[in-house]
This record gives sequence, structure tokens and C-alpha cells, in this order.
Amino acid sequence: MREELLAVIEKNSRIDLKELAVILGVEEIDVVNEMAKLESEGIICGYHTMINWEKTSLEKVGALIEVKVTPQRGQGFDSMAERIYKYPEVDAVYLLSGGYDLLIIIEGKTIKEVASFVSDKLSTLDNVLSTATHFILKKYKEHGTIFKKEHADERERITL
Amino acid sequence: MRNMLSDQVVGLKPSGIRKFFDIVSEMKDAISLGVGEPDFDTPWHIRDEGIYSLEKGKTFYTSNAGLKELREEICNYMKRKNGLEYDPLKEVLITVGGSEAIDVGLRAVINPGDEVLIPQPSYVSYEPCAILAGAKPVIIDLKAENEFRLTAKEIEDACTEKTKVLILPFPNNPTGAIMERKDLEAIAKVIIEKDLLVMSDEIYAELTYKGEHVSIASLPGMQERTILINGFSKAYAMTGWRLGYACGPAEIIAQMTKIHQFAIMCAPTTSQYAAIEALKNGDNDVAEMKTAYNQRRRFLMNAFKEMGLECFEPFGAFYVFPCIKEFGMTSEEFATRFLEEEKVAAVPGTAFGNSGEGFLRISYAYSIDNLREAIGRLDRFVKKLRAEKK
Repeated sequence: MREELLAVIEKNSRIDLKELAVILGVEEIDVVNEMAKLESEGIICGYHTMINWEKTSLEKVGALIEVKVTPQRGQGFDSMAERIYKYPEVDAVYLLSGGYDLLIIIEGKTIKEVASFVSDKLSTLDNVLSTATHFILKKYKEHGTIFKKEHADERERITL
Repeated sequence: MRNMLSDQVVGLKPSGIRKFFDIVSEMKDAISLGVGEPDFDTPWHIRDEGIYSLEKGKTFYTSNAGLKELREEICNYMKRKNGLEYDPLKEVLITVGGSEAIDVGLRAVINPGDEVLIPQPSYVSYEPCAILAGAKPVIIDLKAENEFRLTAKEIEDACTEKTKVLILPFPNNPTGAIMERKDLEAIAKVIIEKDLLVMSDEIYAELTYKGEHVSIASLPGMQERTILINGFSKAYAMTGWRLGYACGPAEIIAQMTKIHQFAIMCAPTTSQYAAIEALKNGDNDVAEMKTAYNQRRRFLMNAFKEMGLECFEPFGAFYVFPCIKEFGMTSEEFATRFLEEEKVAAVPGTAFGNSGEGFLRISYAYSIDNLREAIGRLDRFVKKLRAEKK
């Protein structure tokens, strides 16, 4: 049930526990226990909400930053990644194969704020060799969710 | 003026619930539990292959029997799923949906006066297709107490000297019933004894929620007397592509191909290219959709239990078939009042044969959110009817 449970709540973390138990074909208490276990094992890391900020009056600017770094002896890239992900404005940090090492996703209130993070904080870190910043112009899909409204049910209402 | 119409076609019974259909089409704001097709879009990689084939200019007829590569993929699929070996060159025909395979298959094997056994409730086209092929349809009324499975005794009782074909519609539309291996073994004995041909409509095979689907063709001595029908509509959410197929003995497929050639020429080329992709890389999509259907199935079964509505647990397709006999009205009366008073369209069981009387087909090819809304209304309706009876 573990994988199926995760697949369901990955799409809808607000699902009623009783209903979750029904559709998985198990008892409610088993769902509660399993979720507690998943939380304590660090498999469920949170129950965040998908928000399309573009539709609010709040201005937000997002950017992807490619970073080349010198790996640290004995620690590889981990200590560099840690120094970077501790900044609260950093949303995500990935270690990648290919032309650069770390990919950072950052969200700020203004372009200036993002720019100052890159120029003042990021590029001045020891071992950061270079950065390339790409501002996000529009979000189409995130976390498996397409932001455009889905088309209505076009099927005939009765088919045998 | 002379009579312009065929007496035989005029004589075909129109659907018994036409009046109900008319009311549904007038009521624009009603929500529906009435569809017989998946709510999912065709997976993108499959659509993309169709588009790509058009870009490459694959806009010509294929061979009558269908693209060889598609027939080969179907044979791989049959081997993988059912352990069945078919020759892609002689034992497979690609058709315009499973429906065409039903029509062409019956026409290829029927001689005037042959009898065709049709278990009901079942899909609406078997009986008219049998009649148009010149056969006499013989209806077997499946029973709720058998969970709408077909039994050996029912076949035996319906057989005469003239019986030639048995239609085997499982997993079943509208009941959701399946035939497990033990059920099939029980009827295979009679089928061989009576020397019957089987037309096994396995269009819902992938949507089996208890063990794996078993094809009757995979039982000893059955492949040589079975026309196995399947297609892409239900498993891959490809209803609009109109693509199905039949696998069977070479001599039958050859005759079916002849009719298909004269009537249809070949199945849509774009759809055939998309279907190759579906068979090659579509297993995960099928598994994901099946998981979602199964969750909805459990959701509905639980809802019926909570409202005290009698319903056997179906393990196939995407339908449940609750019993509404306690309310003392016909299926059509119930469905009509449900539509008028709660604005929910569900199909009366009688649309699928007289033995569907007292039942309602509810489709779960809808999101849980839609189902929750519709079931809320059903609950209210059921309570109201029970209060009326007191």
C-alpha cells in the first residue's frame, strides 16, 4: 500500500483519511500508522501547497542558476551545496551531471533581490568558479500540475 | 413509392430506453454517471506517435489486415499477457474498434438459422449483429446470485442442435463481472462437448481488479475455437481512434479479412501507428489508469455499503451494477426520477437486456470528486425513496 498511498497524497495531500483508507482498500488506522511511519522515516517531507503566484497581486521573480564549483577534498560537492541551500531564498539545489555542477532554484521579490543574491552572496563564495542565471518568464507546469485550466469533459453523457 | 428500407433492419429493436435518452439529451445541466469510455486522455506519447506519423506523411491505406508491425506487436502482447501464440500474418485482423470485429466475426461464421448464445446483461451490439449476420440470437439471462458470471449449466440449457457460437463478454459491460480461471474451465468443458465456437470480447481485459485476466483461448483445446476480440479503446483510453483487433484461427480470420476488405478497406492508418507505440511503451499508463479505476471502484462499493444499497462486488471494467429492486420500480423509472429529481444520469440496466431489470449501471470513468458529488445525490435520492415507502 505504501507506494499507492504516496502516489495518491502526492497529488492530493488534503484527502480525507477515511476516504484514503477506502480507496486503498485498507483500514483507516493502517493509513494513519503508515503515514506516521513515512513521516518519521523522512519519506514524507511535508504537505506543501501548489500556488500559482502569477495569479496573485504579489510580485515574485524566480530564476535557475547554474553553478560551477570546485569540489572539496573529502566532502565532494556536499559542503558547497549545504552552504548554498541554507539561504532561505533558495528553493531547491540539485547536483547535476554535465556541463555544470549545481543547479539552484531561487525565488525573490524583485529582479534586484535575485541579482544581489547572485553577485553578493553566491559568486563571492570560495570555490564558486562561475554562475549563469536564467530568469523564469512563465511557468507552464510544476510538480506534475499544468497551470492552464483543463478542458471540460467533452464526452457524450451517455454511451453504452 | 416503393418501400425504401430493409425489413430486417427496420425490424431491429431500437434501444429499449430511447425515451430515457431523450430526456438526458434535453437536460443540459445534469451530471453523468453514464459514459462507457475512459475519462483519461490518450497518453501523450501515444498521441505524439500519431501526430509524428502524419508529419512523416503516413497518410495512405495500410494492408487490409493492418500494419504488419502492429500485428506483430499484438502477437507479442498476446504471448506476454495470455501465453498465446498467434501468427501475425494469418491469425490477426486489425479492425475499426472491437465493434467491427464483433460484426465481421459473426458474419464470417454464421450460416442462416445458426443460433448464437448471447449472455445478458451485455453490450448492446451482439444481438443486432447476430441478426444481421442471419443468426438466431438466443439470450442467456445471467443471474445476480452468480455475480453475473456464466455457468456451464446455463450454456447447456440454452444449447440446441443449431447452436454454433457463444458470445463471451467478460470483463462485462454493464455488470463489471469477470470470469476467473475456474469459471472458464467449467464452461470450456461444455463448449468443447457441444462443439461451439467462442467469440470472446476481452476489450476490458486490462481492467481486471482481482488477479490477472484469463483468456478462454488460453485453456487447452480452446484457441482453435475462439475468436478473441480486443482493442485499444478501454485499456489505453483511445476510444476516438477507433481501433480494435481479432485473433483467431487462420481460416476464420481469412474470411473476416475478406468482409473487412470490402466494407472498410483498412483501419485508420494514424491510429495504427499510435497503437504500435501503445503496445510497445504503454504498460505503465495502463497500470496507472487501472490503479485509479480500482480506487474509484472501492470508493463506490463503500458508498453503496454505507447507504445500504445492495451491490455485488464487481472486479472488472469500470462499472458497478447496484440493485434497486427494494424501491419497487423499474430500472427506467428509477433512472428517470433520479435524473429529473437529482439531475444525475445513470443507465437503466434494461438497456443491456431484460435481465438488467432491477439494476442500474454506474460508470466510474469519472474523477473521485465527480463521483463524490454524484454519490451524494444518490444517497439523498435513496433516502427520499425510502421515506416515501414508509
